[in-house]
Amino acid sequence: MNHIEIAPNIYWVGYVDWDVRNFHGYRTQRGTSYNAYLIVDEKVALIDAVKLGKGRCLLEHVAEVIDPKKIDYIISNHTEPDHSGEIQKVLDQAPQAVVVASEKGKIGLQKYYPGNWNFQVMKTGDSINLGKHLLQFINTPMLHWPDSMFTYLPAQKLLFSMDAFGQHYATSGRFDTQVDMDVLMAEAKTYYANIIMHLGSIVSKTLKQAQSLEIETICPSHGVIWTEHRSRILSAYQGWAEFRARPKILVIYDSMWHSTEQMADVIADAACVAGAEVKVLKLDVNDLTTLATEVLDAAAVAVGSPTLNSNMMPTVAAFLTYLKGLKSKGKLGAAFGSYGWSGGAVEQAAECLQQAGLEMFGENISCQYRPDEETLRKCRLLGTQLAEQVIKKTK
Amino acid sequence: MGKYRCLLCGYIYNPKAGDPDNGVEPGTPFSELPEDWTCPECGAGKDEFEAV
Repeated sequence: MNHIEIAPNIYWVGYVDWDVRNFHGYRTQRGTSYNAYLIVDEKVALIDAVKLGKGRCLLEHVAEVIDPKKIDYIISNHTEPDHSGEIQKVLDQAPQAVVVASEKGKIGLQKYYPGNWNFQVMKTGDSINLGKHLLQFINTPMLHWPDSMFTYLPAQKLLFSMDAFGQHYATSGRFDTQVDMDVLMAEAKTYYANIIMHLGSIVSKTLKQAQSLEIETICPSHGVIWTEHRSRILSAYQGWAEFRARPKILVIYDSMWHSTEQMADVIADAACVAGAEVKVLKLDVNDLTTLATEVLDAAAVAVGSPTLNSNMMPTVAAFLTYLKGLKSKGKLGAAFGSYGWSGGAVEQAAECLQQAGLEMFGENISCQYRPDEETLRKCRLLGTQLAEQVIKKTK
Repeated sequence: MGKYRCLLCGYIYNPKAGDPDNGVEPGTPFSELPEDWTCPECGAGKDEFEAV
């Protein structure tokens, strides 16, 4: 993709990664982009760099606009290596450039990279004047790393929001107006669920802080730039941060010889008949990225596991470990599953659900070898009651 | 005097150690930290902490 002027003298100069499918475990089914931006004024600023190995492309884009040697500032809004990985390559061209970061950003960059960089540390309220462009900095710790920082241009009403409002979405269009909105919102939701969900309280605080800023354009560091649809992403973040749920029940399970599977199906059917929205997600065909996205607006999560070697199946344990880190709020949990002789997995799953902050609903349901009529009755009852509860909760 | 954990980043405030880098003397209980004290690791406010 070529560079593009997104506002007078402000350019997108990043890299579109069409091929990446695994981003530190996040399944990026539509690739991603690493967005770097260039502001050309009396002084020249580059906002963030790109992932290691993609710096040649970044520098080519810069060179289409201005000699890279003329870069005065490299603003590092976020230390993570997909944005900082090629700062050194830019500094090789422009050794006089000052690296601008938050206090935590400076510490992180110094630990990641051995170069003796010239830093300027920014606190909230600090600014740099490039000439016609005033850059204001807002520290946004834990959105989503301690170093995270927004760069705001008040005159242009433009916010460089780093990973906030981002999407892993490789596209030829750089703006929200150039892509399928349904796909864009789905990718923004997946991004929020997997990267930001666990920081809901910080998101709410930051959104309140951002209300005082006039914003017409939001430039995240992944995916497309929000212009006409900016209020849609801001209100989506508000809802996600509050864990607004649909009357949706997830039945997430794995199975060895179809017994836990049968229980899952009966719970799901009963919940569906009782009027809830239901998703049945078997762990051998659904990745954690998809599951986290489904959890975000679910009202209840029922987890099923057979007992394997006295433990949960590893797929179930992996999901529950991921779920714990997501720190979802206000959801109901339930556990079920089959065993051969000693059992244990259902109790372990229930304990993990509790540790993940879910409120347990109904009794755990276990059965030996095959679910008998009594077990299936309990499963039907669980599905029905869970549905009634989530419908009531989400009204 | 109990320890408190930051729910956002996992930092643990140990009252015995205090937070001398930010002017908090060793021996200061969590409840006596100034209201504007923030997590030295991630900047979260006191309301983001829970007792451990």
